[in-house]
Amino acid sequence: MREWFYLGKEWVETRFPAKEFWNDHLVKYYAPKNLNFWYFFGSLAMLVFVIQVLTGIFLTMNYKPTADTAFASVEYIMRDVNWGWLIRYMHSTGASFFFVVIYLHMFRAFLYGSYQKPRELLWLFGVLLFVLLMAEAFMGYLLPWGQMSFWGAQVIISLFGAIPVIGNDLALWIRGDFVVADATLNRFFAFHVIAFPLILIGLVMFHLIALHRVGSNNPDGIEIKKNKNEQGIPIDGIPFHPYFTLKDMLGVIVFLMIYAAVVFYYPEMGGWFLEKDNFVPADPLKTPEHIAPLWYFTPFYAILRAVPDKFLGVMLMGAAIAVLFVVPWLDRSPVKSIRYRGPIYKVALALFVVSFIGLGYLGTVAATPTATVFSRLFSFIYFAFFLLMPIYTRIDKTKPPPDRIT
Amino acid sequence: MRKILSLIFLLMAGNVFAATSSYPLDKANIDPTDTESLRRGATLFANYCFNCHSSTLMRYNRIGKDLGYDEAQLESLFIFTGAKVGDLMEIAMPPEDAKRWFGVTPPDLSVVSRSRGVDWIYTYLRSFYQDGSRPWGVNNAVFKDVAMPHVLWELQGLQAPQFDVHVDEEGVKHQIITNLNLVESGQLSAEQFDAAVRDIVNYLHYMGEPTKQTRLAVGKWVILYLLLFFIVVLFLKKEYWKDVH
Repeated sequence: MREWFYLGKEWVETRFPAKEFWNDHLVKYYAPKNLNFWYFFGSLAMLVFVIQVLTGIFLTMNYKPTADTAFASVEYIMRDVNWGWLIRYMHSTGASFFFVVIYLHMFRAFLYGSYQKPRELLWLFGVLLFVLLMAEAFMGYLLPWGQMSFWGAQVIISLFGAIPVIGNDLALWIRGDFVVADATLNRFFAFHVIAFPLILIGLVMFHLIALHRVGSNNPDGIEIKKNKNEQGIPIDGIPFHPYFTLKDMLGVIVFLMIYAAVVFYYPEMGGWFLEKDNFVPADPLKTPEHIAPLWYFTPFYAILRAVPDKFLGVMLMGAAIAVLFVVPWLDRSPVKSIRYRGPIYKVALALFVVSFIGLGYLGTVAATPTATVFSRLFSFIYFAFFLLMPIYTRIDKTKPPPDRIT
Repeated sequence: MRKILSLIFLLMAGNVFAATSSYPLDKANIDPTDTESLRRGATLFANYCFNCHSSTLMRYNRIGKDLGYDEAQLESLFIFTGAKVGDLMEIAMPPEDAKRWFGVTPPDLSVVSRSRGVDWIYTYLRSFYQDGSRPWGVNNAVFKDVAMPHVLWELQGLQAPQFDVHVDEEGVKHQIITNLNLVESGQLSAEQFDAAVRDIVNYLHYMGEPTKQTRLAVGKWVILYLLLFFIVVLFLKKEYWKDVH
């Protein structure tokens, strides 16, 4: 019996590098031993991605992507499909949790300078993933074909109309109709279910390959590969498996507990995850009183609304995302981790977090004069954080990082 | 360009419109586990709402299964259209006719509890008042100039509004309703009527998400399982990490 097993194993190994893959990426892939709480969110993002893909497959089996049937088919899933309510709530809650996890994952990079050399490309793949994830979420949100689905898409697609000369034709081309309609729903379904997930999977692989090439950064922001023993193993590194697979498992279980609490007890999250108006079928003739995108887009939406000129607003909103791509080259600090950075960066990062959350809140409320003043202030801080980064990170008083992980 | 600007303006103006109906909502205080209340609500719904309002996302036999009616009971209590018990709850009134008669097609009520909220419906159904200027002789304090007649008038009776003039920050005067007084009593006392409306709202809440009780019941076991799993993995992790210094 045992012999047969080894024969089979050898047969596979001569034909497929399973063992090498296992070693290269798990048991002989060394990660810094001091990875903390903030390092859970990468594996959690992968977990949520898998949840979204799996629940998405089951939703697709019963969802009907036409303007006449979409809304009812979602409720059919909620009522008549066995455990359909669970699959649907897991998917809708998963969308919001995806952004919670990704925002924390990105914040980690600002805490410990994870985008700095040699991890620039890793960061670029990550920002690209973030942009594609936003597109994926935006298109998925149209599919339930409720009032917010419809009018949210209507408003966001019309933003393309603000681009001079080609704008209106571009918006028309995206919608496939003069307003958001059946054609739009059909193509968004195709993009949401197959096109973007395929690209996302590919990019996640690139993100991981890039990560495993350079290795994880860590809370001290120093390279563990600089201190190797005689066998060439980083002294401060430990094998990813079993150490971090087990540690990540703990993170996964805690995450799942919070996620399950929402899925089973607060799937609407008081209107933040599932909006009240989205329980009204899309009606092109009836504009809802208050249109706001879901919470994960509201910081950028607030930046858009902070600008009086429509086209400039759209440009600024685009710039707010685009600026993330150049962060590795804006940061001129000689150290990576916030532990060894000076007071200016700490204040700047704190202000940035306050503005981002502030913008997120302001994007959900009506644009009163007071709200607009705050939106402008926070937008200014948002951009100042990035654009002044080459200056303040250079003059900031840094402490020398240790040679070895503390 | 202008269209988009006006759309954006509309968005920004959102809360101005929303602020116009600010009649305070009463708490519905429903008990979704009270099957008797749900059964009373279901029959009230069938008799008073279900002729004009469909609930096409719901099936008759779902009510039967969840609230304990057999097929014969479902047919006599709920089915007025010759539908089968496994059918969706549609109404006989054609939408085009409804639009001609009422001005708008009465909305489907399957998920109304999720879009409006139970407190809103509870207050709305109890807030019709006499208004000779409206086609049906009634208006509503929660939903101004609503197209719906006061369907429950024979149960509640008729109410008259008590107005007050309110001056806002910009000096504009608004007439607001402060109270509704019963001027013609109905078949039920005020308490009985509130209880009947509560039953209807309870039913609508159930119909908005028939799987809700299952969801709540399953949830605690999932979380408990994860908790136990966490403890096991925690010890395993500690065991492995012992040699990391």
